[in-house]
Order: sequence, then C-alpha cells, then structure tokens
Amino acid sequence: MNWITNYVRPTINSLFSRREVPENLWTKCPECGTMLFHRELSDNLNVCTNCDHHMHLTPRERFKHLFDGGVFTEVKVPQPVADPLQFRDQKRYPDRLKAAQKETGEKEAMLVVEGEIGRTPVVAAGQDFSFMAGSMGLYVGNAVVAAAERAVQLKRPLIMFSAAGGARMQEGILSLMQMPRTTVAVQMLKEAGLPYIVVLTHPTTGGVTASYAMLGDIHIAEPNALICFAGPRVIEQTIREKLPEGFQRAEYLLDHGMLDRVTHRKAIRDELMTVLRMLLGEPPAVKGDLPAPEPAAEPAAETPTPATEPEAAAETAETKTPEPPKADASEPVEPKK
Amino acid sequence: MTNYLEFEKPLAEIEGKAEELRALARSNKEMDVEKEASQLDKKAETLLKDLYKGLSAWQKCQVARHPDRPHCKDYIEQLFTEYTPLAGDRNFADDHAIMGGLARFNDRPVIVIGQEKGHDTKTRIERNFGMARPEGYRKTIRLMDLADRFGLPVVSLVDTPGAYPGKGAEERGQSEAIARTTEKSLALKVPVVSVIIGEGGSGGAVAFATANRVAMLEHSIYSVISPEGCASILWKDAEKMREAADALRLTAQDLLKLGVIDRIIGEPTGGAQRDGKAAVEAVGKAIEAMLKELARKKPEALVRDRRQKFLDMGTKGLAA
Repeated sequence: MNWITNYVRPTINSLFSRREVPENLWTKCPECGTMLFHRELSDNLNVCTNCDHHMHLTPRERFKHLFDGGVFTEVKVPQPVADPLQFRDQKRYPDRLKAAQKETGEKEAMLVVEGEIGRTPVVAAGQDFSFMAGSMGLYVGNAVVAAAERAVQLKRPLIMFSAAGGARMQEGILSLMQMPRTTVAVQMLKEAGLPYIVVLTHPTTGGVTASYAMLGDIHIAEPNALICFAGPRVIEQTIREKLPEGFQRAEYLLDHGMLDRVTHRKAIRDELMTVLRMLLGEPPAVKGDLPAPEPAAEPAAETPTPATEPEAAAETAETKTPEPPKADASEPVEPKK
Repeated sequence: MTNYLEFEKPLAEIEGKAEELRALARSNKEMDVEKEASQLDKKAETLLKDLYKGLSAWQKCQVARHPDRPHCKDYIEQLFTEYTPLAGDRNFADDHAIMGGLARFNDRPVIVIGQEKGHDTKTRIERNFGMARPEGYRKTIRLMDLADRFGLPVVSLVDTPGAYPGKGAEERGQSEAIARTTEKSLALKVPVVSVIIGEGGSGGAVAFATANRVAMLEHSIYSVISPEGCASILWKDAEKMREAADALRLTAQDLLKLGVIDRIIGEPTGGAQRDGKAAVEAVGKAIEAMLKELARKKPEALVRDRRQKFLDMGTKGLAA
C-alpha cells in the first residue's frame, strides 16, 4: 500500500472509462491454457481455437447461432411452486435462486424456444449449466414438459441440449419425481411420432442422464463431454482405484454403445438439419447461414393462431409458415447482439 | 440379540438391566426379581413407544437401514406363494441385487420385483447391498414386459441405497437402463403397485416406484440423495447429515403431504425390525388394498392415470 496504489492508480483508471471495456476480454482455455480473445471465442461458439476444447455455452448464445438469422421465440414455461420444501442449508434456497438469477440474467436452468433451423421448424430446449449447475428441479421439469407439449402441438421435432450436475437437491424428492415426469414428456413426443434428438453437452450427469437425456431417438454428444450417472469422484471413492483415461467422456460412451455420434459443436447445426429432415421425410436442407424467416411471407401468418388450437397450429406447421408470436403462449425474443 | 441404534441407548440400558436381573435369578433360585424385572419391562415399553412416536428424520434413516428389518426376500417368502424367480437380462448377466419373478399373491398370479440387501456379510456381498447394476434394471424391464403381455399386475418392493456407482455399471449404461425402466413402468397396461419398505435411494428407487400406487412403511425413507451425500455437497461436511435429513423431507409423513406417495403403512411399535412378521403382514394388507383399488381400471386408464399422477408431481408444496 502506498501513494501509487492508493491514489494514482484509481485516478488513472477513472480517466479511462471502464464501462466500455467488458470485464473479461480474454479467456484462458482450461485445457491448453491458450488466452483467447472474447470475440474470437464467441464467434467460434466458445470452442478453443487452439485445442478444440468445448467450453460452456449458454442456451441463449447457442440458439443465436443455431436458428436461422439468430431468431427464435421463447416458449413460456409455467412457474412452479417456489421453494416447495422450504429448504435451507447454509443459505436459504430462494436466496441461492436469486443469486443465480442475478448472475446469469436467466429465470431458471432451462430455456425453451421455437424457431427454424435451415428452414426446418423445430422446438428446442437448452439446459444452462451456469444456472445452479443446470440442476433439474420443478422448473426444469416444467420446461421439458412444456417443450414436449409445444412440439406435439406444432407437430415439430424437439431438440434437447442437456447439461446438468444432476437433480436440484433443494427440491428434494420433487426433483427426483422429475425423472418419471420428464419421461412422460418424452413419451408424448414418441406417441405423436415426432423426432426427439438429444445433444448431450458437458457435463450431463445424474438424474438428467437417467431420464430424458438418454431417451432420445438419436444421441449426439459434444466432444469430451462428461456423461454419466454417478460421477468419477464418487466411483473412485467407492471402488478405490484409478479410472481409465477418458472414462465417462463422450468418446468413451460412443465406444460403449451409448451414443450415436460425437460431433464438433460447429457441425451440430448441419447435422441436426440433415438428420431431422430425413426423419421427417423432407428434401435435403439448404445449408449455410440463412436469414431469419420472413414473418409476413404468407397470408396464413397474418392471422395469429390461438395456441390452444392444436389443429390450426398444426396446419401452419405443415405449410412451414413461420409461427407468428403468440401472445398467450410465448413471447418473442430478440437475440442479444 | 437386539441391534440397538444410537438413539435407542437408554432403552438398551433398561432392557439390559432387566435381562441381567433375570440372568441373576436363573443362577440363584431363591431370588425373586420378576416384579422388578417386569417393572423395567414396562418402563422399556413406554420408552420405546415414546422414542418411536417422535423420530427425527435422521433417526428414521437409521431405522430404515436397520439390518434386522425384514428385507425383500422376507416379504416374498411370507406374502407370496409359488414364487418362481426369473433370472437374467438376456444381455449380460443376472443381477442378484434384484429379486424378481412370477408368484401368486392371494392366489392371483403377479410379477414381483424388488431390491434385496442381504442379511449377513456373505449375502450382502452377493446382493451388492441392494444396489442394482444395469443388468438389474434390464431384468426388471424384461419382467415388466412379461407382466404386460400376460396381463399380470406388477408388485415392487423398494429397498436400496441407490444405483451402484461402479465402473462396469457406468460402462454398461446405468443411466440408460434406469431411464428405460422408468419409461417401461409408465407404459405398462397392468396395475403397478409399489411399497418402499426401507430405503428408497435416488434414481435406483424411482425406477422401481413409478407406479399407480406408492406406499411407504411408517419409518422408511425416500430421497433424491442420501443425507450424508447431501450434507457433504451443500454443507461441505458429511457430519451435517441430521440437518440434511430434515431439509430433504424424506420421511413417509412428509412425502404423503407432498403427494409423492399415496399411503403410509403403520409399523409395529419400535419399528419393523422388532416384529418383522407383523410388518410384512401390514404390507401385505396394503398391497391387497392397492391392487383392489386398481382392479377395475381398464388398461388405457391405468396408463393414463399413472402418467397423470407423475405429471402432477410437485404441483403442491409442503403445507406445513
């Protein structure tokens, strides 16, 4: 502590307005240690340009790159009973929730949206690991159910991007009950004959893996993603031996028959399009960056369809008209630039 | 020889004293201790009643895991006839942690499935302490399929610390096996009833308890994670399991309020471990009642109701 640190530095700092400079311009790759410039990293979908390590990507960020023109509409998820067990550990659960909301700017650990990928209308759900480790509680359960119901209503496939540390302990048994609950959601899709594709991202563990994340028609994983039920530390403690290299990583699971494919993040969009269009019996997709779908391209789009009428909604889906934003079921979202 | 739990120490002292007195009297014929001893007996009885009236969540965990509690095997032997175990997942192995097969319950053919913990070191190891591996879940799926095809109700008895955290179990797709079991349970066109007889541990338990009716023994537990595990994650201290057990609301009483289970089966005074036969009988009555409730339902209604039951889970909070 001296005059320089106490007085000169703050003065100099205040001269250069810091507000214009983002907090973390540089990110260090946890795998290879390369310093990556934020813009370059985000253009590369948070994949290290040096070693291809796939870092965390929020659902909002992912969807911006996934959907045509970066445009998607949020599907409303019913708000569950708050803190059903009145859970308290070292902190109160509502306080932990609020802290997570403040930190991420998101409501909860799953984002459900609808939009078009290569002109293929889909519903997508993305789990947010940065929100309380993406843990599955009532809200995530509601989100999975809402996503499935919306997909069935619009007769669209559902793409699930999973990422979770497991169940939300603070919701106790009710988080466990989300396992059968989300399984019912998957069954709705299957019964409606709609494709359900799971993209497993790092890490997908616990009750999430043991329910909707392992029930896809097709399982695609991002490279090196940890995918397991019991985590490696728990297993090491139980069997008291070192686990092999790459244990429970995507490539390991591929070798053991649990996944269909391990795909680089940048190739996932094209792969989803290809697979979905074949499953749906559609002609090959137009690949590449497409502009946002024209909202008023067809007259059908001008009459807003009530979300409560599945038949009408289905009709518009069949003619592949971009869905008009529905006031009662969803709110339009502009991608953050 | 009774295995006393930590919180039963005062009881152990009194019962020990009574036992001592009687032993003394046996070696010394002139002594008359019966009056004193029976007084102690009475005292012990009141104490036992009091202890078990107000068990804390953590104490219930201990009772639920008590080694003398009747296990799956005891229930099958006492409640079912013509039990014919069916083995194997037709894929990899037979999982001895899972008992299951054809049997008659009150003369009616059913499929009975359950986790068996074992009763001594040898059988515990053989049964892997009631922790199923993927082949156990896949055997369960196979048996459920059999039940579905031949219209047999499924009765499941849940008693497991959880899925087995092992290398092989992960390699062979533990998660997928659990997910598929839940999926299969939700699709069954036959009545499915479940009783949690001891420990209902996490994903390993829920895959067996995705039923039309779920009952719990009075002092059994059902939780997303063990209190010790929860304490070490949220409190960063595994010794805080008492607090964790309270916070998790894992007792039958709380779970009934939350709408997760449908009924509580009373246990004999001092827990099922003190009178196994009576506990098993009580469970038998509950199974009978639950099957009766479902007997008239059409296959489609059974599927629809079961799904709706789980879709509704968590819509009400703890009203306490």
